[in-house]
Amino acid sequence: MGRIQDKFDELKNINTKALITFVTAGDPTIEATKKIVSEIEQKGADLIELGIPYSDPIAEGPVIQAANIRALKNDIKIKNIMDAVMEMRTQVKVPIVYLLYYNCIFQYGADKFFDDCKNSGVDGVIIPDLPFEEQDEIKDTALKYSIDIISLVSPTSKDRVERIARSARGFLYCVSSLGVTGTRESFDTNFEEFFSIINKSVTIPTALGFGISTPEHIKKLKGYCDGLIVGSAIVRRVGESSTEDEAVAKVGEFVSSLRSAMDE
Amino acid sequence: MATQKKGRYGEFGGQYIPETLMNALLQLENQYEKFKNDKSFIGEFEFYLKEYAGRPSLLYFADRMTKDLGGAKIYLKREDLNHTGSHKINNVIGQALLAKRMGKKRLIAETGAGQHGVATATAATLFNMECEIFMGKEDMERQALNVFRMRLLGAKVRPVLSGTGTLKDATSEAMREWASRIDDTYFAIGSVVGPHPYPMIVRDSQSVIGREVKTQIMEKERRYPDYIIACVGGGSNAMGLFHPFIEDKEVNMIGVEAAGEGVNTVRHAAAIAKGSVGVLHGMKSYFLQDRDGQIDPVYSISAGLDYPGIGPEHAHLYSSGRAQYVPATDNEAVEAFKYLTRVEGIIPAIESAHAVAYAVKLAPTLPKDKIIVVNISGRGDKDVYSIAKYMGEDISSEG
Ligand SMILES: Cc1ncc(COP(=O)(O)O)c(C=O)c1O
Repeated sequence: MGRIQDKFDELKNINTKALITFVTAGDPTIEATKKIVSEIEQKGADLIELGIPYSDPIAEGPVIQAANIRALKNDIKIKNIMDAVMEMRTQVKVPIVYLLYYNCIFQYGADKFFDDCKNSGVDGVIIPDLPFEEQDEIKDTALKYSIDIISLVSPTSKDRVERIARSARGFLYCVSSLGVTGTRESFDTNFEEFFSIINKSVTIPTALGFGISTPEHIKKLKGYCDGLIVGSAIVRRVGESSTEDEAVAKVGEFVSSLRSAMDE
Repeated sequence: MATQKKGRYGEFGGQYIPETLMNALLQLENQYEKFKNDKSFIGEFEFYLKEYAGRPSLLYFADRMTKDLGGAKIYLKREDLNHTGSHKINNVIGQALLAKRMGKKRLIAETGAGQHGVATATAATLFNMECEIFMGKEDMERQALNVFRMRLLGAKVRPVLSGTGTLKDATSEAMREWASRIDDTYFAIGSVVGPHPYPMIVRDSQSVIGREVKTQIMEKERRYPDYIIACVGGGSNAMGLFHPFIEDKEVNMIGVEAAGEGVNTVRHAAAIAKGSVGVLHGMKSYFLQDRDGQIDPVYSISAGLDYPGIGPEHAHLYSSGRAQYVPATDNEAVEAFKYLTRVEGIIPAIESAHAVAYAVKLAPTLPKDKIIVVNISGRGDKDVYSIAKYMGEDISSEG
């Protein structure tokens, strides 16, 4: 089986949940990303989401938008990110998934894109602007190269959850609340209800994301699902650092604290 | 056409949008399908177009311009005479009425030139709704007059600093805002862009332009025009003019894109001339972009045409060959702006001046029995400051 499923199975056996961490590739440089990813894995992340920087990230809040701008300043290309992943794969063992906007795949060419994903060691893709109805365009191509298209459900999905969950692959990305990515103080969503709908139809692991930013959030939310996703809170630490070493240290320390909260 | 997928124009269109917005879009589609055939809804829409916006707008025979150019007869469709000064009011009245029927209390919108923002702020006042307008920081400077008008009307104007600080970024930001306040907020998109059903809703309400032209030209000329010309930002004034004529194959449809400093420079906004098929703001269409799918920064003197894409139905009219799209530069638009002002005493919006620029080129090449209709999508009061600046004249009162 693929790395994603193996990882969730392994975590289940040791009775803990997946810590999923997001960083923007190339923020501020691709060399920094390699160091940060390696540090994140060592400090206990179970799955790494790599954001492919985009000029118009409509599902992103200010923190990740700023990271995209920092990365694009260096004219980073998807090909550079593919190469970096291939290089990282010599030591990084956890699953890696891309988060990217559909136009990037469309321009790169879906066949070449998923082929390159497979060759570099990318396990899945999250495409925030490609809802269930539009996935037909690339579903077969992704399948051909065994790359999981990770579907999202949100509190507004309601009657759509069943259809989405039933055909979802990898893990189901459950969006915590309305709006875009970014840290949140608290959540208004009724998670009991949200996950009771999801759990009726889902057969793969579930992970909750958007706004999760502290060890306290982790403790409070880990009971609902199989994994938790932390993005902006990590990216913010990268943005606040004045050197790459500082970014690595800050992110490493933060991920450790999240890991402890998860295993507690 | 029978097997056409929902919300598609050929391969173009679709709903490339975050899952959080999907049910809201489906609900919008469902409600629109219900109301668009509802007699009381249509009656209300027509009432406000007539009594409030001042429709029908005139179809004016530009006698002096026709004589001066010495070729085809030129008619001007006077959308500049509408309340608030452009065609944008047609769309906004339609969507605000729909929003009200859907029980929404707050209108949000993106704006480039500020005309759509002003129209939305006006409709919000008329229908007693809250209103917030997203506008790129650079556009707020270029169109300070319209920013003030929106604020006078009681709308909040939120500056958008992200990306290039223009219409594209304002559109992204309005979508983000919609995703965070779906329940009470209606996103009134300003052109025939975005995910389905928006391009259809906006086209339907703007089609009043082309329907009126059909009636008016039949009265005056007893036949349809040979050419209909409109500027294209997202494409709503053009689609409004074109759509009723699509089946009338003898009518040539020409959209005029903003060529900025020229389509062979990097400073333009000509998505058809220089773009390629891609996906942005929920739709598959033509966009100016690089090979990784990054959207190019675009430029035009006209804030309303300063957008890297074009509506999906235009993409289809272009790729099927039914309509033609041509570029006009800043320079040509400014010359046309001055020309129409001097010859006909009509100051057009700088957006509309792009359409005039092409008509000025085309008319002399045609025989005198041909007929051209040019859509004057808006009036130019908002532009005089930046035109003066372009011409190197200082008209600021502090001076
Ligand atoms: C007067 C006027 N014309 C044209 C446009 C371009 O929009 P569209 O292509 O949707 O008609 C604008 C947009 O702001 C405008 O204000």
